[in-house]
Amino acid sequence: MKKSMKKRITAIVLLVGLLLTLTACHGKQKSVSFAVPDHFDDTTPIEIVFWAKNDTNRTQVEVYRQAIEGFQKLYPNVTVNMRLYTDYSRIYNDVITNISTDTTPNVCITYPDHIATYLTGADTVTPLDDLMADPRFGLGGSEVRFDAPKQEEIVPEFLQECRIGDRLYAMPYMRSTEALYVNEDYVKALGYELPDVMTWDFIWEVSEKAMEQDENGVFRVNGQKVLIPFIYKSTDNMMISMLKQLNAPYSTDDGEILIFNDTTRSLLEEIFTHGKSRAFSTFAISSYPGNFLNAGQCIFAIDSTAGATWMGSDAPMLDIHKEQVVQFHTKVMPIPQFNPEEPKMISQGPSVCVFSKKNSQEVLASWLFVQYLLTNEIQMGYAETEGYLPVTLKAQNSAEYQDYLGRKGEDNKTHYSIKIEASELLMKHTADTFVTPVFNGSASLRSAAGQLIENTVKGARRKQEMNDAFITKLYTEVESLYRLDQIGKAAEKTEEGDAEKRPLAAESVVLLTLIPCIWAVILLYKLWQKKKTRRND
Amino acid sequence: MKNKKVLILLLAIIAVVAIVMSGCSKKTEEAAKDAKQTVEEAAEKAEEKAEEVKETVEEKVEEVKETVEEKVEEAKETVEEKVEEAKETVEEAAEALKVLSYDEYVKAEMDSAVTIEAYVQGNQSWYDGKIKLYLQDENHGAYFAYDLPCTEEDAAKLAVPGTKIRLSGVKSEWSGEVEILDGTYEILEGSFIAEPEDVTALLGKDELINHMNEKVSFKGLKVAPSKVEGKEEEYAFLYAWDGSGSNESNSDLYFNVELDGNVYNFCVESYLCGNDTEVYKAVEGLKVGDTIDCEGFLYWYNGANPHITGVTVK
Repeated sequence: MKKSMKKRITAIVLLVGLLLTLTACHGKQKSVSFAVPDHFDDTTPIEIVFWAKNDTNRTQVEVYRQAIEGFQKLYPNVTVNMRLYTDYSRIYNDVITNISTDTTPNVCITYPDHIATYLTGADTVTPLDDLMADPRFGLGGSEVRFDAPKQEEIVPEFLQECRIGDRLYAMPYMRSTEALYVNEDYVKALGYELPDVMTWDFIWEVSEKAMEQDENGVFRVNGQKVLIPFIYKSTDNMMISMLKQLNAPYSTDDGEILIFNDTTRSLLEEIFTHGKSRAFSTFAISSYPGNFLNAGQCIFAIDSTAGATWMGSDAPMLDIHKEQVVQFHTKVMPIPQFNPEEPKMISQGPSVCVFSKKNSQEVLASWLFVQYLLTNEIQMGYAETEGYLPVTLKAQNSAEYQDYLGRKGEDNKTHYSIKIEASELLMKHTADTFVTPVFNGSASLRSAAGQLIENTVKGARRKQEMNDAFITKLYTEVESLYRLDQIGKAAEKTEEGDAEKRPLAAESVVLLTLIPCIWAVILLYKLWQKKKTRRND
Repeated sequence: MKNKKVLILLLAIIAVVAIVMSGCSKKTEEAAKDAKQTVEEAAEKAEEKAEEVKETVEEKVEEVKETVEEKVEEAKETVEEKVEEAKETVEEAAEALKVLSYDEYVKAEMDSAVTIEAYVQGNQSWYDGKIKLYLQDENHGAYFAYDLPCTEEDAAKLAVPGTKIRLSGVKSEWSGEVEILDGTYEILEGSFIAEPEDVTALLGKDELINHMNEKVSFKGLKVAPSKVEGKEEEYAFLYAWDGSGSNESNSDLYFNVELDGNVYNFCVESYLCGNDTEVYKAVEGLKVGDTIDCEGFLYWYNGANPHITGVTVK
């Protein structure tokens, strides 16, 4: 009896185990763990291709070059060939094109949203978990030839952002958030004092108040004929942040699209009224917020902290003629909030991934180069070109970086106060940052979020009416433009285990065949047992 | 004796019954009286109520009548308004579809729907299902179509210089550049390639803006030095506006030209003329002090920002 029970338990455990394995297999990304080589081959020449992104900033390019030079000195048999981009979407498109021809770069600056799409190809991006944990070549490993950060020295929030499912597919490289750059003089001139935490109500109210003009069409607050009180650079982020602050639906982790809801509608209705009065506009419709801010033609400009060097009267980077610049006091604040008690702002900025290659030494060299990008010198060098924040605590807490922060405002270049304040903003609010769920199609959903705002503002400017018909048309157009219906369906089908759309992997097919067989064996065994018992009786 | 008792008992019962019956009769009469009175009162009340109901109904009927009349009037007004609106919409739509002359286009309000006919003079590369077109008509009317959605197949047709199109979209402005957004197009019969207009004399003058987007030429310019922030070296041109680009990255080229002591910044937009074009190579070969003639499209970005398509060293 005891033996029989034991057998039955074993059979059930086996079955449950098999089922669990099957569940784990289904719908997972097609990636294979990378087997870390037992040594680094420093005798054979290795070439790695690095696709980098810079903000059309010469100093950033110099930092990349320094990184390559420094790395090649330590690993003389490795040559790093860099290709520069100034646009993430171009990198994204080029990677997708190159996946099909198996000519992806080795190392690439990217976003997790993009990696989720890359992962739809078989074994494209190398999971970094094993590499990171390797005692020899992992983060700060014994055989790494430079002072790399250890895992615990990477800001945990930023590292977590690079996980897709249960695997780490990238390392954070730089982080930024969005900041509100305010012409404080104009706010005061309109009879207001800036609140400790900016709210959406405040920003809309002051923006509308600023629209007062004299009989000649000159705005009273700035004495000019041009004024857009509030400009938001990234409308993707604007919609995402607003929804997050309201705890409103956006998408599920699995990729179910939830953005077309009543909260979104009410936000669009509000935005419509300010688009109609021209108190609000966007980068896509009007141009860079910084240009209007610096010309005294904007009061509230929201842009990345990584764009801080373009903000303010004394900005080291200028995109307008010097004579157009107006003197004013710039205040750097977190973006407006719905609930000042619980501020929420987006975490953004480049990450870096390693593409899978047949030659494991090539992959190892790529990983080592990625680690080199996390060293203090490179982290601080790059972060200081803009209002970025180093992604390692090792760099953030270093004496050099603290000295850099402490010298805020000493000059209008390296220590430009607005830039350092922007970095400090993220440092102070790291715990208040969030990212959106990453899945194949999440990049499209991001764009769609922004498109809803862009089309709403355009509609308002083009004298359309905000009503049910407008919203229905808007939702339909945006859903179709970004093929969100297909993403939604894919997510649904994944949940339902739709085998038609996503053929099962071979191992899953084998397991599925095995399960009924095991049940059959169990049943036969039970029948045989009964028969035996009767015979004995 | 026994019979006597029975008889007495019987008589007694009859007597009791008679007395009771007599009492009842009296009560019935009283009840009948009461009932009559009640009925009369009820009848009076019912009459009063009926009168009240009649009045109420009449009032209500009057009210409903008034409401219906008001509603009819309102509906009539709404219908008239809607008809008027529809009429305006139709007129606006008709206006939007009306092909505007360049002068009419210039006068059209920003964010209004416009339709123009012009010939393609140049294009920026097709990307993400969209193309940017430099357009011009026979009368120097020049336009810029921003991110015109089209198929790759159509992009190849649109990229042929001289191709005539009818373009409907919305007139907009971005950093000073007046352009047509959200357009739809139809390829028409006909071809025209504009000759560049010499606007050298207008460099630095306000009138230059009247030639926005036009195919223009500048003659007898001297290549002036460009510098990279923080460096002393002088260059004849820079890859990207601050020198951060490279040929391999197909970066835009920026170079300075001098005329009558004033310096102007010109650009080779790499999506218009990439690193494999003659003009890109010609600019890469420039030296500070060279005298050159240039032609290109008078693009605008916070001021004149000519997109150069041809350079001749004198």
